[in-house]
Amino acid sequence: MPIQTRRGEDSQTLIISIEGRFDFSTHQAFRDAYEHGDQGIRYYIVDLSETTYLDSSALGMLLLLRDYAGGDSARISIENCNNDVRRILSISNFEQLFAIR
Amino acid sequence: MEEPVAENRLLRILIADDSDSDRLILKTMLKRLGHEVFDAANGLEAVALFRDTAPDIVLLDALMPRMDGMEAARQIKTRAGQRMVPLIFLTSLSEADALARCLEAGGDDFLSKPYNRVIIEAKINAFNRMRLMHQALSDQRDMIGARNQQLLEEQEVAKRVFDNVAHPGCLDAANIRYHASPLSVFNGDVLFASPRPAGGMLVFIGDFTGHGLPAAIGAMPVAEIFYGMASKGFDGADILREINQKLKRILPTGMFCCGAMIEADFKLNQLQIWSGGLPDGWLIRSNGERLVLPSRHLPLGILPPDQFDAGMDTIGAMPGNRLLMMTDGVLESGNAAGEVFGEAGVIHALDSVHPGQHQFDAVIDAVHRFTGSQKDGDDVTLLSLEMVDEAGFSAVPDRAMPSALAGPTEWRCVYEIREQTLGDFSPLPLLLHICMEVPGLRRKSGEIYTLLAELYNNALEHGVLELPSEWKHTSDGFDRYYEERRRRLGRTEGHFIRFSLHHSMKPSGGRLRVTCEDSGPGFDFRNHPVLVSDKEPGAAARYAGRGLLLLKRLSESVTFHRQGNHVEIIYDWDFSGIASEQGATVQS
Repeated sequence: MPIQTRRGEDSQTLIISIEGRFDFSTHQAFRDAYEHGDQGIRYYIVDLSETTYLDSSALGMLLLLRDYAGGDSARISIENCNNDVRRILSISNFEQLFAIR
Repeated sequence: MEEPVAENRLLRILIADDSDSDRLILKTMLKRLGHEVFDAANGLEAVALFRDTAPDIVLLDALMPRMDGMEAARQIKTRAGQRMVPLIFLTSLSEADALARCLEAGGDDFLSKPYNRVIIEAKINAFNRMRLMHQALSDQRDMIGARNQQLLEEQEVAKRVFDNVAHPGCLDAANIRYHASPLSVFNGDVLFASPRPAGGMLVFIGDFTGHGLPAAIGAMPVAEIFYGMASKGFDGADILREINQKLKRILPTGMFCCGAMIEADFKLNQLQIWSGGLPDGWLIRSNGERLVLPSRHLPLGILPPDQFDAGMDTIGAMPGNRLLMMTDGVLESGNAAGEVFGEAGVIHALDSVHPGQHQFDAVIDAVHRFTGSQKDGDDVTLLSLEMVDEAGFSAVPDRAMPSALAGPTEWRCVYEIREQTLGDFSPLPLLLHICMEVPGLRRKSGEIYTLLAELYNNALEHGVLELPSEWKHTSDGFDRYYEERRRRLGRTEGHFIRFSLHHSMKPSGGRLRVTCEDSGPGFDFRNHPVLVSDKEPGAAARYAGRGLLLLKRLSESVTFHRQGNHVEIIYDWDFSGIASEQGATVQS
């Protein structure tokens, strides 16, 4: 499975991990990861430690998640990016929309 | 979907056997099962009968006189072409070699003699299922092919519409070089350029998420906004705000446009750049020195209007300096080994430019060398814009679209902006727009814009804000001037600037009379060197701005009234000029 989800220890955080390429082929799986989750989720962590590549459609999917999680009030952090992934996020200035760690 | 051939339909079966008794037995058996049977006594007859009756299934004896089963099978399969006709050999042969030869000749299976009714029925049913499946697949393939063809034709037509809207503008100007490779019928990348009425150029390079139709649909309004607003004199920041707002409204979340707006001013030798989500751009000085221009903004279509920052960075750029911008397709170009060209590839290409080689060629060559025969994985767009002397930049094609309506010829209007509006709104696009309603003035948009802009800037900066133009003679003073301008724009209570435009027809053309009044204290125009002397720049230009000189040169007359805060200019145009220019356009 390229996308896995789990609850954080506080039970209010949903951690979505993406393995391999984060691109249009993961579209449905990524949406499923948060849309069918339990109620009571207040924080989201997108864990990219196993992500090798990310393209502009993945950026679009992150925006979809942000809308789903409340838009400007969404609390989403993107974590453990490798250098290439980090660079694409920063070219697009996504640090203005997400906490990138 | 309706099945064209029902599974239980009676089959047309061709049998060929030289033994009369065997043939009769088989024929009777098959007829009893309800099938329609045609029979032949040798291969030659079988081939002829196949041609005449087009059966669904063929049962063929392997050994026959005149033409054996192998040869008949080959001819029947050739004749059947794309149609699948199961071909079963009837044989008493049992050695492997002979059976293998039957299959090589095009046979699908064997039935061994003597005949067994149950086995024959089962095999015929099995092959009929296979035949139907093949038929369904072929039908679907044909349907998909036809649909695809229709889609391509529709896209071709749509592309013609798209190309008319999203035309390349003045990208063929001598100071621009670009490469744009479409990945599909429509490209996800856009590249537009337009001359500005006030001089200089605006360029937009963009990359929509995805490509094909969705990207093209997003690109159309961007093109309309860009060309429409640029020709009316709006600046890059205004156009960006409009594009962002439009895209935010029409694009679904998750779709957006990475892009950069470049405003080149060849008079002031400066570039203004806004970049959201594109790879680093480069400004290459004449001495080879390179300045990195990173993206500082989010792509267009993501932020709501109140959060969008259209602030452009200003960079000094002298004639000969070159700006290089690209979409991420350049960086993502891949080679056979699956590696990407990347930023390192761009930097390496720029580092190894040969003397006399254009940086644009160096990068394109390097990408092509790198990818070899690999197809582009994404849309690849590369742009180079060179700063030029204003004088060398005159061959810009004018694509301003005349309206289908005949314009007003006799009119007068007064437009006054007041108070805070003076600080945060430019009336120039609106005023230019009003003047451009007169067909005869459209070809003069550059001159009209310059006249309006000089009048407005004089009224605002020297009249209302009382900024002394002498400050602009030193570079420290220049900074101080603009700092002070920004500060004073916050305090415009009680002030106004009033434009009165009056257009009337004359026998040979028309006359535009523009007066500009401001609430400032005025100035001593009676002793102003530019206004007193008729001499060319020289000594006079040192004192006052070039603005007054421009006004004098472009118009029939410039008159100051009252204490200098009321200026009137008269601008004449005539039919002969318009006619010859339009004639030239028709020829080109």
